[in-house]
Amino acid sequence: MNTDPVVTHPPLQLIALDVNGEQHEVITEPRRTLVDVLRHDLRLTGTHVGCEHGICGACTVLVDERPVRACLMFAAQAEGARIRTVESLSDGDGGLNDLQRAFTEHHALQCGFCTPGFLILADGFLAERPDASKEEIREVVASNLCRCTGYQTIVEAIDACATARRGACATPCDMSAGKEH
Amino acid sequence: MSDVSMNDGPMSDVPMSERKLVGRAVRRREDPRLLAGRGRFVDDIALPGMLHAQFVRSTVAHAELASVDVSAVLEVPGVVAAFTAEDLELGDIVAQLGRPLSEFVPTAMPVLARDKVRYVGEPIAIVVARDAYAAEDGLEAAKISYVTLPPVMSEEAAFAADAPLVHAEAAHNTLVDVSLFATDGIDGIFTSAPCVVEVDTRTGRQNALPLETRGAVAHWDDREEQLVLHTCTQIPHQVRTVASRCLRLDERAVRVVVPDMGGGFGQKCVVGREEIAAAAAALRLRRPVKWIEDRKDALTASFLAREQHYRARAAFDADGRILALDTDVVCDMGAYSCYPFTAGIEPLMASAEMPGVYKVPAYRVRGRAVTTNKAPTGPYRGVSRPQYVMVMERLLERAARELALDPVEIRRRNVITDFPYTGVNNITYDPGSYLESLNLCELLVREEGWYEKQTAAAAEGRHLGIGYACFSERTGYGSAAFAQRKMKVVPGFDISEVRMDTSGTVSFTTGTMNHGQSHETTMAQIVADELALDIAKVRLHQGDTDRITYGFGTFASRSITIGGSAVRLAAAKLGDKLRAIAAARWDITPDDVELTSGAARRRNASDVLTYEQIADIAYLQAHLLPKDIEPGLSVTATFDVFNDGTFSNATHGCVVELHADTGQVEILRYVCVEDCGVAINPQVVEGQCRGGIAQGIAGALFEQVTYDAQGEPSATGFMDYKVPTAHEIPDVLIHHLETPCAFTETGAKGAGEGGTIGAPAAVLNAVNDALRPTGVELDHTPITPETVHRALNGAPSLELSS
Repeated sequence: MNTDPVVTHPPLQLIALDVNGEQHEVITEPRRTLVDVLRHDLRLTGTHVGCEHGICGACTVLVDERPVRACLMFAAQAEGARIRTVESLSDGDGGLNDLQRAFTEHHALQCGFCTPGFLILADGFLAERPDASKEEIREVVASNLCRCTGYQTIVEAIDACATARRGACATPCDMSAGKEH
Repeated sequence: MSDVSMNDGPMSDVPMSERKLVGRAVRRREDPRLLAGRGRFVDDIALPGMLHAQFVRSTVAHAELASVDVSAVLEVPGVVAAFTAEDLELGDIVAQLGRPLSEFVPTAMPVLARDKVRYVGEPIAIVVARDAYAAEDGLEAAKISYVTLPPVMSEEAAFAADAPLVHAEAAHNTLVDVSLFATDGIDGIFTSAPCVVEVDTRTGRQNALPLETRGAVAHWDDREEQLVLHTCTQIPHQVRTVASRCLRLDERAVRVVVPDMGGGFGQKCVVGREEIAAAAAALRLRRPVKWIEDRKDALTASFLAREQHYRARAAFDADGRILALDTDVVCDMGAYSCYPFTAGIEPLMASAEMPGVYKVPAYRVRGRAVTTNKAPTGPYRGVSRPQYVMVMERLLERAARELALDPVEIRRRNVITDFPYTGVNNITYDPGSYLESLNLCELLVREEGWYEKQTAAAAEGRHLGIGYACFSERTGYGSAAFAQRKMKVVPGFDISEVRMDTSGTVSFTTGTMNHGQSHETTMAQIVADELALDIAKVRLHQGDTDRITYGFGTFASRSITIGGSAVRLAAAKLGDKLRAIAAARWDITPDDVELTSGAARRRNASDVLTYEQIADIAYLQAHLLPKDIEPGLSVTATFDVFNDGTFSNATHGCVVELHADTGQVEILRYVCVEDCGVAINPQVVEGQCRGGIAQGIAGALFEQVTYDAQGEPSATGFMDYKVPTAHEIPDVLIHHLETPCAFTETGAKGAGEGGTIGAPAAVLNAVNDALRPTGVELDHTPITPETVHRALNGAPSLELSS
């Protein structure tokens, strides 16, 4: 019996995806969302699904380095773009990057289900706005939902990471400051 | 800031294994995998040949099922099977209390609806397909005929003389009706008291809303002759029991495995129908079946909580001291009784514990559960305590106004200060810091200048308010406490096994079930301290009914108090064995052996046996053991509580500003002074406080599940069910006090629910303080912008008619 998650109806299409710098080809229904292809076809299960209607942000990934709700995008729409997921943050040895370390130091996660979305959101945001103030960070953190932490420690972790990156780089900080990729 | 250091502190010269870890903010063991995207949640599991299930659900609130036709579903491309109640012939889920029928009416919850549907979203048939998309396609082809009945959508409708019955066996739609305590002479006290105040308070129906929805992956393992059910549950062994009964399997033939869990907050502390149906489908099809609840189903058809109505009055003397409390509480439990807690969970909790931190000499309560055509109710963080604390705090605030007393002063005159204290509710409270937390919380708010800011704001025509909530959180409910509630399933004890392997490292188990509370870290801290072993060599295992002897899971802040105590006892027992083996080798008594830095050492001598060397003897050189010591290094210990449990306590202070133009409530400051006994990991305790407070604020200001007259739920997504974000939730200043528990093994009292318990009262009191110039007092939650806008702009309140 065919156990492939892809069925023969509706019509299938072949799409090419660039995920975390690796090239993938996937045969999929046009209606399949990006997050489902990442999670279930490519088995990158770090990106989570919390609402499937673009509010909670657990599925946030970077598409051409900008945060996107992967539940609101069809996989086919991501062809030709560079996609980055939470799996890209750790270095090759599985070590945590400075943003991830800031999350653990500040206890910015409890159950950890929303965490990949917040990490990717912050990663994209800090790349764009390395000089972001704590209030601007809070504004961005308000894009996603967390049910465990009350948000304070998430804001503090991202702010601490941004502050440390600014301290570490030559003045003035440029746009790529602190980026791991 | 807190009294307890948030950091590991300066590195000392003492080796890590000799520094006590309990009381320190040890970094979480759970974090690296969760941060790297390498956690394993239930939807991350993929098995060869796995199919995907979704449920045909009722579109009406109350109806007889005339026919269920799924034949067209099977024609939908990708659909493999569809099963109805008739096809699967499963046993019902029945939750029981050991109470007479006059107090409790047991009702059955079928796994799939049979004959009748009782709420919109009730599962009627399971559709199994090659992927989740095809399963969704299949749902639309099902043909269900209903003979609709009038829906029962409120307490008033449920009690009406001619009300239709949700369950034929439950007259007056009443599942629970208990009258308790009724102190002699209470009516006379109310007649003669100088001050009697009343409140009529309703609290909105809420969704506990773990961000990970419910879900399961079931498959039959031919080699083990076992159904393996991966599911995100707080109570794996209770799921096993119900699955085995519904599926008519021996209990050993069901293995429940819980992977990483994306929150639960009580919603996952009951046995769901869908996980049993998915298992039944997997057995029928002999293929793995996955069910992942979508958000719409999670919002409308999972387990809800908190819809309560209190009519309460309290009598006070002229100095503001409580003389008597009289309460009638009705909890709208929706369509079914949840397993294992039953529909009694909310009314029995409220009835037993409502006096809370206050000296109440006379008490009478009637607690009822009504059944309605809404999704059923389960536990949610705090269970009734957020509601009855809010009512108690309202009564005190109202009395303070009547008697022209300061709201903090009236609390001072009433909080329990002499411990142990046995209340009018027959519960004995162990020592706490009720008065200290109240005084300190007020001091912190005062020192930050909020009273001056309030005066200055008033002069500018702005509306600032300051409110407090003083409360306790009973934890450590042992067998005695739940037996007193007359539960048929009496949760209480916990078992831990601690095992050392030949490399000298430790694996240990708990019957509790982490879903964000950091057990892998905090329980390892306890074991590492007890055995003087590097925490990296200590590993917790939980959430597997084949690996864990038995457990009651995680709820009611029982994990550290009860589970953590069992863990410590088992670790101590292993320590005894390690010392006994070393003593035998040295031909001395175990008293002359101490455990430090991962080794047994002979006192006042240089003899050392590392744990690895002792383990070598215990397993690989067992002939060296004396006759009275069995080979191996595995021990178990149990812990239970035989008194009324322990009480964490806290005072919350909240400062709000009301915005006259929008009616919005902005929280300007939030202060929490909490006492959970010994904090195993203060950073984790603070996380529990902050997260709990956020959920309490959510209930006070934002979240409510509502229905239209036909029983259609109004919120099917996050556009309608307003979960607060970082915009709405303030930073929280936390101050710790520590009154250690005398009978838990670690001195800890539990910290899971306190934040949620105190926040609604603190917010409501602050809002009412801000409304003081208008003369309006609000009694209901959530406090909507419309209500505040009307209050500030002199329009009549709609609150009472809502």
